[in-house]
Amino acid sequence: MPNSCASSTVETKAAAVGRSRVALCSLDSLPKGQGRCFAVGRLKVAVFRERDGSVAALDGLCPHLGGPLADGLIGAGVVVCPLHAYRFRLSDGTGVDNGFRAGRYPVVIEDGRVFVQLPPTE
Amino acid sequence: MGISTLDRSKEKLVVVGGGMAGGRVVEEIVARENSRFDVTIIGAEPYTVYNRILLSDVLAGSKSPEGVFLYSTEWFQSRAVRLITGVKVESIHRDRKVVRLAGGEERPYDKLIIATGSLPLVPEIENVNTPGVFVFRTIEDCQLISSYARRCKRAAVIGGGLLGLEAARGLVNHGLEVTVVEVMPYPMAQQLDAESGAMLARKMEALGLRFQFEKASQRVLGTSAVRGLAFKDGTELDTDMVVISCGIRPNVRLAVDAGLRVERGIVCDDRMVTSDPDIFAVGECVEHRGRIYGLVAPLYEQARVLAEHITGVQSPAFYQGSKISTRLKVMGVDLVSIGDGRALDPAKASITKYVEPSRGVYKKLVVREGKLEGAILLGEIDSATLLIAAYEAGTPMPERHADLLFGRAAGDPRVMLEAMPGESRICACHQVSKESLVELLSKGCSLDDLAAKTKAGTGCGGCRPQLEMLSAIYGDADRNPATTRYAKSIPLSKPELMAEIRRLGLKSVSAVMRTLGGGDDPGVKPALASLLRMVWREEYDDERDARFINDRVHANIQNDGTFSVVPRIFGGVTSPAELRRIADVAEKYQARMVKLTGGQRIDLLGIKKRDLPAAWHDLGMPSGHAYTKAFRTCKTCVGTDFCRYGVGDSTALGIAIEKRFQGIEAPHKLKLAASGCSRNCAEATVKDIGAVAVDGGWQVYVGGAAGSRVRAGDLLATVATNEEVLRIIGRFIQYYRMNARYMERSPAFVERIGIERLRSILVDDSEGQAESLDRQIEDEIASYRDPWLEGKSPIEPSQFADELAIATERS
Ligand code: SRM
Ligand SMILES: Cc1cc2nc3c(=O)[nH]c(=O)nc-3n(C[C@H](O)[C@H](O)[C@H](O)COP(=O)(O)OP(=O)(O)OC[C@H]3O[C@@H](n4cnc5c(N)ncnc54)[C@H](O)[C@@H]3O)c2cc1C
Ligand code: SF4
Ligand code: FES
Repeated sequence: MPNSCASSTVETKAAAVGRSRVALCSLDSLPKGQGRCFAVGRLKVAVFRERDGSVAALDGLCPHLGGPLADGLIGAGVVVCPLHAYRFRLSDGTGVDNGFRAGRYPVVIEDGRVFVQLPPTE
Repeated sequence: MGISTLDRSKEKLVVVGGGMAGGRVVEEIVARENSRFDVTIIGAEPYTVYNRILLSDVLAGSKSPEGVFLYSTEWFQSRAVRLITGVKVESIHRDRKVVRLAGGEERPYDKLIIATGSLPLVPEIENVNTPGVFVFRTIEDCQLISSYARRCKRAAVIGGGLLGLEAARGLVNHGLEVTVVEVMPYPMAQQLDAESGAMLARKMEALGLRFQFEKASQRVLGTSAVRGLAFKDGTELDTDMVVISCGIRPNVRLAVDAGLRVERGIVCDDRMVTSDPDIFAVGECVEHRGRIYGLVAPLYEQARVLAEHITGVQSPAFYQGSKISTRLKVMGVDLVSIGDGRALDPAKASITKYVEPSRGVYKKLVVREGKLEGAILLGEIDSATLLIAAYEAGTPMPERHADLLFGRAAGDPRVMLEAMPGESRICACHQVSKESLVELLSKGCSLDDLAAKTKAGTGCGGCRPQLEMLSAIYGDADRNPATTRYAKSIPLSKPELMAEIRRLGLKSVSAVMRTLGGGDDPGVKPALASLLRMVWREEYDDERDARFINDRVHANIQNDGTFSVVPRIFGGVTSPAELRRIADVAEKYQARMVKLTGGQRIDLLGIKKRDLPAAWHDLGMPSGHAYTKAFRTCKTCVGTDFCRYGVGDSTALGIAIEKRFQGIEAPHKLKLAASGCSRNCAEATVKDIGAVAVDGGWQVYVGGAAGSRVRAGDLLATVATNEEVLRIIGRFIQYYRMNARYMERSPAFVERIGIERLRSILVDDSEGQAESLDRQIEDEIASYRDPWLEGKSPIEPSQFADELAIATERS
């Protein structure tokens, strides 16, 4: 996936290293029922805001062939990858009937801001 | 794997081999009996069960390995079957009733099923272990071959049988110069006679293959890597890699070591029991009545018989052996072999043959004692279904054998399908009979339902045309409420849903889901969005989360997450100024490719999402809607202004059509064309809607297609003026929008409604709808707005962002 999430925020990489909790954005800036991709260092994180209010974060790149998961349709607790329509559960990243698994990152909302918990090594 | 504790109250059933037979026998068993057995299936390959048949497509690159998996790990889990992958069974200890796995672990069994399949047969060739020599049997083989092929220019395939040809065709796709080496004087000598074999070789040569016949390979040349092949006649062939495809040998080692009776394969009786009453076998490792099989249909029959005996749920059938037919799965070469069509003993056989070398058609029937012994159909296979049915059922052949050779000539293939007896098999891979399909269809099942319930059409795919035809004849979608539903999760038909939406004033997808149900299913959101867009026009509340990414950013997503931009070029007519702007945009935004499309316009591929608004702005051209379910293009030919044959100004008409209907959303895409005379250079008769100029006016065709399916459109009307053409097209489009199912392309729609009925409604106005259809499409045209204008005023701030910058750090 060279281009889809071309990194425009390289400078944040150093800042992200060693941090496990990263502030992404305000909740309001996520449109309802959609996902958006964030670059945290080299990591792409897809953050989804469901219509029922819950927010989830998965790997930005689909474990199948690297499709941009943030561009997928969501609903009923799953995201549908825009490239080959594989489905992944927002709750834990497991594929629905496809055997793949997308990494999932815990999300915390505080004061209307969205935080993700990333593995400390990133 | 999930389940790890053993339930002691259950009998332990262990299946060795996670191939097609192992998977199928588990499926057949759990479908009958889910409580008696504690089932474990152990496979040496590191994935779940997959469809080996489709590996030719994987090698050719037209399918991904994941695309051939037959059962997901969840499938096994939810049926409480323990799936162990990537582990080999090393031995069977019948005295203690355990199997020992690689690594030493032992698993006890009460009943054991051996489904170890077969291994590729590798003939005695010197230096056959040289790097660059491969066999072709598993996903791993495909991967090894594909990655090695990248450094090669030439490949040789040893073995010109069915698989060898499919492998060779696949390698051509990798850009290699491929030679098939065969000891016999022609390919597929197991199935073909010399004449049809030679014809097949010519067809394969036309696809870029070469052949070397009557060549026995003696030695692989090269030391650190393959460099050629030496043949027994002293000649040599230069090649960079070798794929061996010389047949199979049953994989019987486990059975031999365990002291079971083994001849060529593991000997089984008619219940699929081996010489040990607690051990069964199924699949290519089996020898039954002296025969071994190398196709899936027999092993599916075996799996069913085995399941019936082991579960005792059904009154058990006995396996009688299988009658086999094969189809060559090479695009562009139609070949079906039924039974044995070689007529090895011509003396007592009655042979009927039809050969048409110019078209590459060869058909042959061998009838012995009034029954079909075999048939070869090359180049034209429309009578295959009927012949296979007759062969399997052993039905007496009619007097005039020639009739059987000509599907179409002897009548409509539909009529023949209707005449077929109920027990005839339609899907040979999965042994699905006509009657069982007809029953499901008459209950309103769709083709997808058929595939889910019976697996018909999911093996080699050869029966799909018959399935479609059956569904057209016997399908009764209107009887089953579940299939007339517009959206899977909302129990309303399209008209009912539209009425409810209007009555309740529901203007957004989320409002529909809140009020009428639908469970926020992402699979139905785009369908609802399309419907609401039509019902409410400008009043529609266009929530972008209900739309596929293409419709959120008005461009088509590519395999690397970038997008393609196709500006509208009305009727395919452009200008130097436009071309210059297109060239500038392509350079400025670094399009990865600039391509003339099949729709007479120009595609800029590989544009980043964030650059879309600027690219549109710089183009200064409207959207071509190449990314959405809407009116796409109207292809034209040069018509009267230039062409010496033109009888109608197709260019002007095409531009008028495209200006009028551009971007109108519909249940599926609409591609149109206008041709200036009956030579039909714009291919109007294979478009959703096409106009062809005739003396004194235009013929308007609907329901044509030349995509995955080819269908000539039906003549809807012949009219005199351009205005009338536009009116009738508008009427058809609006009727299609109102009545088609989501994703139902025009050919299927026209067939479902019937051209007579369409003509009577749209041309003769038999139901008094014409005026309202005309008015509605007029309103729709008036409310049209170019979606690319959103580039200037995005509806969400981050609509075109590739990714968002993260806010200030906090830890
Ligand atoms: C660009 C183009 C190929 C080309 O290089 O020429 C093309 C490209 C795609 N076609 Fe096509 N089709 C293109 C002409 C055709 C044609 C020929 C024609 O329009 O004259 C056909 C056969 C006619 C037809 O429409 O049936 C065609 C039959 C299909 C189909 C199969 C439809 C079917 O079921 O028969 C699909 C898949 C679908 O629609 O579900 C498809 C889908 C696609 C998609 C959109 C696949 C996708 O979803 O990403 C391709 C987008 C590639 C990309 O990344 O941008 N394309 N496609 C052509 C664009 C024409 C245009 O100017 O708008
Ligand atoms: C490229 C290709 C194209 C084909 N095309 C067609 C076609 O068009 N039509 C058709 O009808 N047939 C076709 N076939 C044949 C068809 O695929 C086979 O008939 C079928 O797969 C046989 O199934 P099986 O389960 O008996 O054997 P397999 O599918 O070979 O499965 C056996 C499995 O057992 C595993 N195994 C073996 N020993 C052990 C052990 N000791 N412990 C654990 N696991 C073990 C193996 O790893 C293997 O996965 C094709 C085959 C190939 C390779
Ligand atoms: S452009 Fe059309 S034919 Fe070509 S790969 Fe894509 S969908 Fe298939
Ligand atoms: S890349 Fe996501 S489904 Fe294929």
